Amino acid sequence: MNWLLDNLPQVLGLTVEHLYLSLVPTFVGVVVALGLGLAFGNRPRARAIITAVASAIFTIPSLALFVVIPSIIGTQILDPLNVLIALALYSTSLLVRTVFDALDAVAPEVLNAAEALGYSHARRRIFVDLPLAVAPLAAGTRVAAVTNVSLVSVGAVIGVGGLGQLFVSGYQRNYPDQILAGIIVILLLALVFDRVIAVTARLLTPWLHLGTAAAANGTKLRPRPHAPEVPAQHGTAAPGQETK
Amino acid sequence: MITFESVSKLYPGGTQAVTDLDLQIATGSFTVLVGPSGCGKTTSMRMINRMVAPTSGRILIDGQDVADIRAVTLRLGIGYVLQNAGLFPHRTVLDNIATVQRLLGLSKAQARTKAHEAMERVGLDASLATRYPAQLSGGQQQRVGVARALAADPPILLMDEPFSAVDPIVRLELQQEVAHLQAEIKKTIVMVTHDIDEALTLGDRIAVLAPGGVLHQYASPIDILARPATDFVASLVAKDRGFRTLSFETLTGLGTTTLPVPGPEGLIDMSALAPGWGVRVNRDSGTAAWIDADGAVFGPHPLVPADASLRTGLDAVLASPTSAALLVDGTGNIGSYFTLADLGPLLRPNEQARA
Repeated sequence: MNWLLDNLPQVLGLTVEHLYLSLVPTFVGVVVALGLGLAFGNRPRARAIITAVASAIFTIPSLALFVVIPSIIGTQILDPLNVLIALALYSTSLLVRTVFDALDAVAPEVLNAAEALGYSHARRRIFVDLPLAVAPLAAGTRVAAVTNVSLVSVGAVIGVGGLGQLFVSGYQRNYPDQILAGIIVILLLALVFDRVIAVTARLLTPWLHLGTAAAANGTKLRPRPHAPEVPAQHGTAAPGQETK
Repeated sequence: MITFESVSKLYPGGTQAVTDLDLQIATGSFTVLVGPSGCGKTTSMRMINRMVAPTSGRILIDGQDVADIRAVTLRLGIGYVLQNAGLFPHRTVLDNIATVQRLLGLSKAQARTKAHEAMERVGLDASLATRYPAQLSGGQQQRVGVARALAADPPILLMDEPFSAVDPIVRLELQQEVAHLQAEIKKTIVMVTHDIDEALTLGDRIAVLAPGGVLHQYASPIDILARPATDFVASLVAKDRGFRTLSFETLTGLGTTTLPVPGPEGLIDMSALAPGWGVRVNRDSGTAAWIDADGAVFGPHPLVPADASLRTGLDAVLASPTSAALLVDGTGNIGSYFTLADLGPLLRPNEQARA
């Protein structure tokens, strides 16, 4: 613990790097998965292929992917881009299935209504399907984000790993405090990510959080500030990453 | 005018949904497509706004083949009410209603202004504007569905079993409101229902479809009741058929008896009708209460307006302890009553229908 406090500036620098390395792939993953989902959601063949490829990508161990990517796209072995690309691939793979399922979950009568009222297909996708898919999509994004936070540290083995570097040097120097510091900050980071996504999703979906009191007496809707939420999903995601 | 020209629909797999349908739906009419499930009524209606394409034949709106109109453009000009309201769960009541106006390119503020007007028209309280569909009762949701369909003021309104998912009391209320609304706005309404009662109550014209989408009769409600064209139509209207016919007949020619002058405290002595009985009128509630010799009060009983249907008149008489009902004339004057005997000459539906 003391080590963490004594080396705050160094840890802060690594945290910023860690943030960058996990945040960007999550964002890219959401955007790409959404694009794929909206474009191919109702084409069964394309969908089957995308799902299969996504599953295949997700089974590649992360370390292997970090090492292989430079030889495929010609980057330097120590280029952070390798980690970014690898994690973006994982996020996309993880999210694309969620996107398909989320879009499928939109009630048929709502789609029917949209068609009958005069929505074009593209317009319906964006203004009806997408907002209604936000909640399940956010759940998937939370898993992807937390997975990324843990996976970034694997990058430390190839020299790009944000806080993961604390594990490597802590292990090499046989200095548990440093490792502990890394674990603490990564856990905190995962927790913050998870919360930020959950709260954002909540703000984007006010219709899913209607207090029964508000419904009964017609008062204006307001988000319930202290509503209990299911604990963050990193608890289940974290052990999974160890195998990568 | 909506015209079906020998329209057929054969689904892949061999289901014949609609068979050679010819139908002319007059502008401003309320046409009900009625029949059991699998009779192609919804399919037929959905061909009007191209949600279903006919296998053969064509559908014209004011002479123009709908197949030549871009589907989205066509649909934006046709209001649509769905069975379970089909509201967008992520939009407030106001924004649900504003949907079509937004799609037509109106600004959010303009669309919302129109939506407020539509809410008023269908009897939705303004305080509901900011609620989400999940916060509404089934009846309110369906009202929002109607408001959404009407907000852009389309000349044509399609309604797909709009009241089948709400409870009977709300259904009756909504039916009355739609009938009232239609009298005011005179849209061309095409409604689908499996409920022949609903069809008879609301429709100016009823198209009876049998399984396979075969049109059996296309006529006014009274004709459907009095002269069913086929056994199928007859079986559909078999229940209470004679009694229901009375709904379409008036009290014209009804013989009445002048009411005696009210005594003190407004009590009218009805001894001439039934010894010892009296009646007291409550003008505020439009009801009458009968009072027997011992002072026991029976009521309230409705007063019958002179323009009421024969069914209403008969029902009032049957419900009255003295077998008589008070009549309100066209000027609001309550000056006479009639009895079962007075209704006798009118209660010959077959003669009436033939007349």
